[in-house]
Amino acid sequence: MSATLAEHTEPAPLSISRPPTNAEIVWDRFFRGACFCFAWLTILLVVLIIWEIGKHAFPAMQAQGLEFITGDKWDAGNNKFGILPEILGTLYSSLLGVGIATVLGVAVAIVLTQDFVPPILEVFLKNVIELLAAIPSVVYGLWGIFVVIPAIRPAANWLHEHLGEIPLFGTRLSGPGMLPAALVLAIMVLPTITAISRDSIAAVPPKIREAAYGLGATKWETILAVILPTSSRGIFGSVILGFGRALGETMALAMLVGNASNISWSLFAPGNTLAALLANKFPEASRVEIDALMYAALVLLTITLAVNVLGTWIIMRTAVDTKGGR
Amino acid sequence: MSVLPIRRQTMVEGDIDLSKLERRLREPRTLINAALNWLVAGLTVLAMVPLFSVIFMLLWRGGQRLGIALFTELPPGAGMVGGGIGNALLGTVIMVGIATLLSVPVGILGGIYLAEFGPNTKTASVVRFAAKVLTGLPSVIAGVFVYALVVTTMGTFSALAGGVALSILMLPTIILTAEDAIRMVPHRMREAAIGMGCTQTQAILKVILPTARPGILTGVMLAVARAAGETAPLLFTALFSDYWIRRLHEPSASLAVIIYDFSGQPYPNLIEIAWAASLVLVLIVLGLNIAAQFYLRKSFTK
Amino acid sequence: MDTHDHAPTPATIKPAAPAPVPANGAHANGNGNGHSIVEVKLKALYYGSFKAVRDTDLAIKRNAITAFIGPSGCGKSTVLRSINRMNDLVRGFRFDGHIHFRGRDIYDTKIDPVAVRRHIGMVFQQPNPFAMSIYRNVTFGLRLNGYKGNIQDKVEQALRGSALWDEVKEKLHQSGLALSGGQQQRLCIARAIATEPEVLLMDEPCSALDPVATRKIEELMLELKKRFTIITVTHNLQQAKRVADMTGFLYVDTTQGARTGYLVEYGPTEGIFNDPKEKHTKDYIQGAFS
Repeated sequence: MSATLAEHTEPAPLSISRPPTNAEIVWDRFFRGACFCFAWLTILLVVLIIWEIGKHAFPAMQAQGLEFITGDKWDAGNNKFGILPEILGTLYSSLLGVGIATVLGVAVAIVLTQDFVPPILEVFLKNVIELLAAIPSVVYGLWGIFVVIPAIRPAANWLHEHLGEIPLFGTRLSGPGMLPAALVLAIMVLPTITAISRDSIAAVPPKIREAAYGLGATKWETILAVILPTSSRGIFGSVILGFGRALGETMALAMLVGNASNISWSLFAPGNTLAALLANKFPEASRVEIDALMYAALVLLTITLAVNVLGTWIIMRTAVDTKGGR
Repeated sequence: MSVLPIRRQTMVEGDIDLSKLERRLREPRTLINAALNWLVAGLTVLAMVPLFSVIFMLLWRGGQRLGIALFTELPPGAGMVGGGIGNALLGTVIMVGIATLLSVPVGILGGIYLAEFGPNTKTASVVRFAAKVLTGLPSVIAGVFVYALVVTTMGTFSALAGGVALSILMLPTIILTAEDAIRMVPHRMREAAIGMGCTQTQAILKVILPTARPGILTGVMLAVARAAGETAPLLFTALFSDYWIRRLHEPSASLAVIIYDFSGQPYPNLIEIAWAASLVLVLIVLGLNIAAQFYLRKSFTK
Repeated sequence: MDTHDHAPTPATIKPAAPAPVPANGAHANGNGNGHSIVEVKLKALYYGSFKAVRDTDLAIKRNAITAFIGPSGCGKSTVLRSINRMNDLVRGFRFDGHIHFRGRDIYDTKIDPVAVRRHIGMVFQQPNPFAMSIYRNVTFGLRLNGYKGNIQDKVEQALRGSALWDEVKEKLHQSGLALSGGQQQRLCIARAIATEPEVLLMDEPCSALDPVATRKIEELMLELKKRFTIITVTHNLQQAKRVADMTGFLYVDTTQGARTGYLVEYGPTEGIFNDPKEKHTKDYIQGAFS
């Protein structure tokens, strides 16, 4: 018999306690190790993604250099690639989409938090907005093609005919274009912006609200002068995160934006984005073109990473501030 | 008796006109309030239009084709009639299955590490940061990455590569929700298990994980729902196929890609198939979402 | 039945040298054959740089109830929890000293704390049954220790031992969380005694319970001391007086800047309450009863 804790004396007659067996101890060590390794795998994955894409993009970076960023032609026949229209298109469509979504999202967040509707309606509204996030982007693309484009075409063309001098309305909307893409994008980022705005508005301490009411402010004076400014940083963070999502959104844009390497102010002109470029060109690309697409992917990855880190940082700082303020 | 004069005096000195306390419709303040009320009401209704429009279109245009043939037949060629999305549905199920098998163990064990073994370590904060980065990763980038890593090494597009791409998108959701769910387990359960003489692993596997199971499962369901609807990572990993899938290292059809491919076709039959596929996809995804929420709520009220 | 016959494990150690004689005049018996089963020789106990407890030496009598009393923050729970190494879970915990369990120093680096906890059971302040059925709660320790005998009998025995059997025998497969607070605490006691540990630590087991449930637990403790050695912490002096055979009084020392607890006086309960030797003890007990 081995020397265990209990061995030293005659065993307590009834006790069935025993020390952990070898198997239990080995299994414990193994399991800890496995958890540690799998946690590390997540870090490794991020590094590997950047490394793989960087490695494949390297030949194109050497061949194209910075002209890749400033060039405006995608000419696979002559191995001349430029993604300026895609970069601008990505930023333009995302700004438009996030702008629309911010107006809608903050309005909904106010309705959800400031006792405008009975609680049952609040829950219903919240669920409707959350369900928007669940619908796959390819379905939004299909819906955009068959519902949004026909619906806005008459109004768009009327605007072009009567206000055509304004660059925003400089072209006709013949089919896919920047505005339908931005509208659908707005719907897709609306849940993100609504949810985070709602949280930061709800985090405004009631005493601040009561103080404003106590001074004789109306409901809207309170909201505009006190509640929105107090929660503005959280709302701003939500807008940045929504922007990050919009930048990387692929399918709805690939289906709605028109896939034209085209730089235009017009809301109705077809354009392109980095993600849509990848989705459309990749499946049929040649060897050299794939290198160029990898370069484009690296640019997209860099932009979205920067924006996401910024947004997360802003929201984290807001959380710290409201905690510290109490 | 002496009260009255005093009150009158205050009235004169303070110059308060009590009639001003009444509501007045024409006063600018009231008007602005009313206008803003109408504005947010309008914007809120506007925000709700898309969901109902999407649902209506799915039921109206996709519902027509809902039938046995939709699930058992192969996609039709250009200009042909009939056909279904059988291989695409199967492909989606298989690829999401592969992705789940890959991401669930990694995600849950990673979540256990974050919540139990090293919650305050440097490693944990880097892992958390990495998971958040992955959450914001554009899905098309996951596709590009798996193309470079798997498709070029295997030399072929395949269902396997599609599953790997989807697993990258599922992983962060699972790891972060698993961490949260495990942290929600009351500390006294942990103490009880350790006090009984459990090794830390035994405490986790026998006590903590069973208690955290609803939260973890909810995270898995949400991740599966997201993966099922993803298209971009499959475009150049799994590609597409007009036939039933026979091996994992062959290209495979999927619901998401069939919607994308057929949406741009000039044939009404194919457009109808795209709508029907969308309806099926949305039913799966919404079903999983609602089930996850319901499951979580039920386990909280228990 | 020899349940101690297992393969050697890292927890295994060679027979220790006889333990040094503990302070406070308790009869040391390294082999634990006498009436002391646990000997605490605590020099200092730290959480990070904070010195929580110092200079606490005492010997625990076998088959008796020992109670730790003292003002809140005096470290009585901390001392109790270091007896089955529960404090190892706290980050920054450091223990300077020895605790001998049946002659073996459980703070020896070769000792596996998991093995210690299997011999020294614990009941916590808050009832903490697992989120599983009553039956599974009680069999948890049996399965953990690889018990091969008749599980049904053991469950009934443990539940009878904790005076819960009659209340739950019809619903053994319902969730343990559905019971009342007092029943949950007795379930936790059943769970702890099912494996027949030699020592049972009870950390303010009644503080979350109403007077009726408290009374039941106290009666139970008196019953259980026939089979187990019980060490308990209580903030309720009446309770200590009612159940404890031995009482240790801990006090907080603020003279060195920090709030450090230490053992002031230890002895038979009768003596501590009726004829305290130390001024701090006297003040505390008189304050409580006046």
